[in-house]
Amino acid sequence: MEKGIVFNIQKYSLHDGPGIRTTIFLKGCPLNCWWCHNPESKRLEKQVIFTKKRCIGCATCVSKCQEYAIDLIKENNIIDKEKCNDCGICTEVCPTNAIELIGKEMTVSEVMKEIEKDRVFYEESKGGVTFSGGEPLMQDKFLYELLKECKEKKIHTTVDTSGFASWSTLEKISKLTDLFLYDIKHMEEEKHLRFTGVSNIPIFKNLEKLVSAHPNIHIRMPIIPRMNDDENNILATGEFISSLGLNKVNILPYHCVGVDKYKRIGEIYKIPEILEPAHEEMEAIKKNLNLLKLNVIIGG
Amino acid sequence: MEIKLRGMNKRVQKLRQQSEITYPSISIERAVLVTEAYEKYRDKVSIPVLRALTFKHLMENKTICINDEELIVGERGEGPQSAPTYPELCCHTLEDLKIMNDRKKISFFVSEEVRETQEEKIISYWQGKSMRNLIFNAMEQEWKDCYEAGIFTEFMEQRAPGHTVGDNKIFEKGFFDFKREIEEQLQSLDYYNDPEAYEKQEELKAMNICADAIVIFAKRHAEEAKSLVEKEENPQRKKELEKIAETCYHIPENPPRNFAEALQSYWFVHLGVITELNTWDAFCPGRLDQHLYPFYKKDIEEGTLTYEEAKELLQCFWVKFNNQPAPPKVGITLKESGTYTDFANINIGGLRIDGSDGVNEVSYMLLEVIDEMKLLQPSSNIQVSKKSPDYFIKKAEEVIRKGWGQPSVFNADAVIEELLRQGKSIEDARCGGTSGCVEAGAFGKESFILTGYFNLTKVLEITLNNGVDPISGKKIGLETGAAENFQSFNELMEAFRRQLHYFIDIKIRGNNIIEKLYANYMPSPFLSIIISDCIKNARDYNAGGTRYNTNYIQGVGIGSITDSLSAIQYHVFDKQTLSMKDLLEILKENFQGKENIRQLLLNKTPRYGNDDDYADDIMVRIFNSFYEAVNGRRSMRGGTYRINMLPTTCHVYFGSVIGATPDGRRAGLPLSEGISPVQGTDRKGPTAVIKSAAKMDHLKTGGTLLNQKFTPQLLEDEKGLDNLMYLIRAYFKLDGHHIQFNIADANTLKKAQKNPEAYEGLIVRVAGYSDYFNNLDKGLQDEIIARTEHESF
Repeated sequence: MEKGIVFNIQKYSLHDGPGIRTTIFLKGCPLNCWWCHNPESKRLEKQVIFTKKRCIGCATCVSKCQEYAIDLIKENNIIDKEKCNDCGICTEVCPTNAIELIGKEMTVSEVMKEIEKDRVFYEESKGGVTFSGGEPLMQDKFLYELLKECKEKKIHTTVDTSGFASWSTLEKISKLTDLFLYDIKHMEEEKHLRFTGVSNIPIFKNLEKLVSAHPNIHIRMPIIPRMNDDENNILATGEFISSLGLNKVNILPYHCVGVDKYKRIGEIYKIPEILEPAHEEMEAIKKNLNLLKLNVIIGG
Repeated sequence: MEIKLRGMNKRVQKLRQQSEITYPSISIERAVLVTEAYEKYRDKVSIPVLRALTFKHLMENKTICINDEELIVGERGEGPQSAPTYPELCCHTLEDLKIMNDRKKISFFVSEEVRETQEEKIISYWQGKSMRNLIFNAMEQEWKDCYEAGIFTEFMEQRAPGHTVGDNKIFEKGFFDFKREIEEQLQSLDYYNDPEAYEKQEELKAMNICADAIVIFAKRHAEEAKSLVEKEENPQRKKELEKIAETCYHIPENPPRNFAEALQSYWFVHLGVITELNTWDAFCPGRLDQHLYPFYKKDIEEGTLTYEEAKELLQCFWVKFNNQPAPPKVGITLKESGTYTDFANINIGGLRIDGSDGVNEVSYMLLEVIDEMKLLQPSSNIQVSKKSPDYFIKKAEEVIRKGWGQPSVFNADAVIEELLRQGKSIEDARCGGTSGCVEAGAFGKESFILTGYFNLTKVLEITLNNGVDPISGKKIGLETGAAENFQSFNELMEAFRRQLHYFIDIKIRGNNIIEKLYANYMPSPFLSIIISDCIKNARDYNAGGTRYNTNYIQGVGIGSITDSLSAIQYHVFDKQTLSMKDLLEILKENFQGKENIRQLLLNKTPRYGNDDDYADDIMVRIFNSFYEAVNGRRSMRGGTYRINMLPTTCHVYFGSVIGATPDGRRAGLPLSEGISPVQGTDRKGPTAVIKSAAKMDHLKTGGTLLNQKFTPQLLEDEKGLDNLMYLIRAYFKLDGHHIQFNIADANTLKKAQKNPEAYEGLIVRVAGYSDYFNNLDKGLQDEIIARTEHESF
């Protein structure tokens, strides 16, 4: 049976599609957005993460680590990334969950079992399952099998994607997906490349093709101050969405929620000084997009 | 601080404020009048008649209070927040009075005069003669050992059985009608063939006296109102007082003719019930929207009442409930129910007798009243059936989201099924509802008394110690074997089951004696008039006269015991990370020097509330053991024992008598409440909690209590309300009995920040998603607190 790496299963998820949903976060992402608030989702492999405030210094982990990668005296992160091979033994013995293993290998049926648990809520609320990431298309075979199972079990499915994948992958997935949440991060290729690490051309091409292949696409625009929130970019994005005949847009204000997570996984956050956009700014962007006859919602 | 005066107009605001700022005090008047009556009639008449004459003496002589500007009149004490005592049930010592006066929480002002009267007139007469003395004298040593160890509590040691609710007959009949029914029964007594004819005669005579007494009480109010008319200068108030006088002359002797009379008539009945005895959960009009709707409709159609006037009357009515603090409690009774609230719980919605949807215009008006009044009493709930409109639920949610816990939400279809399972007719079940906290009952036709909380977790502690209570060192349970010697988890479960049955036997044996004591010495003939079929059976409410009789034992701490057993199964038997011997040693030392083990037990144990069958299967086994030990046992009133799962404040007391537990809980800390998971261990959100909680068979209980916390952000928009409704509907589809919501504010979040362990289940809306508050870093927590603070202005 197909297996995949899942890094979180969020129940009572209310903002990733209609109704009450379970969001399955698949690990791995080809993009490297500066503002990413789930940095632990980027790598495809499992990884060990440390939360300092939970550590009681019992040193159980130190004695169990076969790579001698843990040193309690270290300031922020007691795990030496060079030595750690992410085997996860320490996470099993840590009594406080200060060390956790991000990413769990799961079979399709294991994931389906979790999904099925909340069926009564999907049915009451016309909700369902959302596959997010990372970039769920990174694990396309796993995703495909999950979608197939959901279709079979009559569970509504949403795929939350950056659109960065081969068209053949996206096309295959689209046949089994009820709703797409499709990200647009920047209209200028150069800036897109700089801030996300990849070109936006395949993303836009995929979107154009998806529009003619799939009836149900909502656009999501993260609003990152000083990076993509200038009026030109907003209007250009709006016009592009309009030109495709799409109508529903969610604008998602940047949130500094991820800052702490970078510390926990031992990485550097590139944009710590950026402030969250004010409510007025979000309203102004909404107004501008409304002029293009787009149906805009602030938030998920 | 809330500065704004609540209530729809100046009158209501004033009355409400008076209710809120008046400090509760002890009134000695009732105790004096009861003593006078007993001195006069004791040993001269039968006991039911003695009780009736005592009631009549009270109704004829107690202070009549008509507060300035109020539209609904009558107080239990001498004025708002004045609490009488019941020396025939519990004669307070001077030390008791001092404690009541001095204690920090739930205190009552005791004047010098009250103290003196208590000493001279009350103690001298009642010392050693109260029901409390009678009960404790009648209990065996083993019962006393269990009571002292905190295995169970005893509801009737200071307060009378009651736990009942009125039905439509109070609104449709007058006491003239009840008297006729009583007299008809008296006429038909068969003195030649019925060996109980004399007892029946005395009971009916007693009811007859009580029916007269309540009418006298109302007429005294009418006269007082009339005399106030003469002194009153304000023509508007003059008119109101005239109306009050007219009403009080008419009801409750005759059936009410309009909306205002219906409320006033009920209120006299309410005062009658709670003055006769200090019945648990006071009394309650039950399905108020059903009872009032015909009056409302008629008055509106005839043009004699406006919407605003109806609402004003209801708000005045609300204040009356809040004016009556629960009678002062002492000792363990205070610990199990540490509140001024007396649990009248208004039911809104539900089904009508024919099975159609019960939501009407008055239902919505009641929601507005609850919202505008924001009073702790009366409590309120909505009864949601599959026929209830979404709109009704959403209107209730608009009140719920304000975050002060009212109304709570019940599954009307499940309540009806529970009542049917207990043998009620479909009509009686549909006219029933829930009272007190969460207890299902056939309103107006059933005595459904709670007899005591039962400490499930303590029974586990005693099982793990081979019958010995480790707190006292006394052997109070069975010798079921040393825990170290259990070869399997099932052996432990079997030992637990045997201990459970042993302690339930002790509890029920005690109950059955106490029940007889009440039947013989403390009948309640007034209450018996209004609960069917006491008149027809010529038998008292406390002696099994009602159509249905149910005794409950309330299980407490199912979350704590489940997690404790799950920890043992997982760590001792499955993973063998810990031996039973070491575990018991660590518990004995209250985790001293073993914080890593405590954390392991806390964090690496499958826990109830996460939709994880590993833990939930254990919960179901405990639930079934408890059910099997209690359900179906006979009570001495001809009733049946049932279980329900609620704690009031008893999970705190029960926790205080238990040492450290295998779920990582330190000695003396509270247990889980109701059927909610252990505080902070539900880490997968509300759907998982609901799924776990629904795995017990709610329909086999008479009520379960589930608490859920949300932050206001989750409910701030339409979508939030929709999703909450779906959550409720889903829980009810799974036969969940009840759910209530804590909508946490900034203050709570700050506490959560200081004490994160206790708030692990708290969910907040972050950006495009929701997350557990504890998963967020300090900076983000501060930011969210700032947002909520802004909103709670």
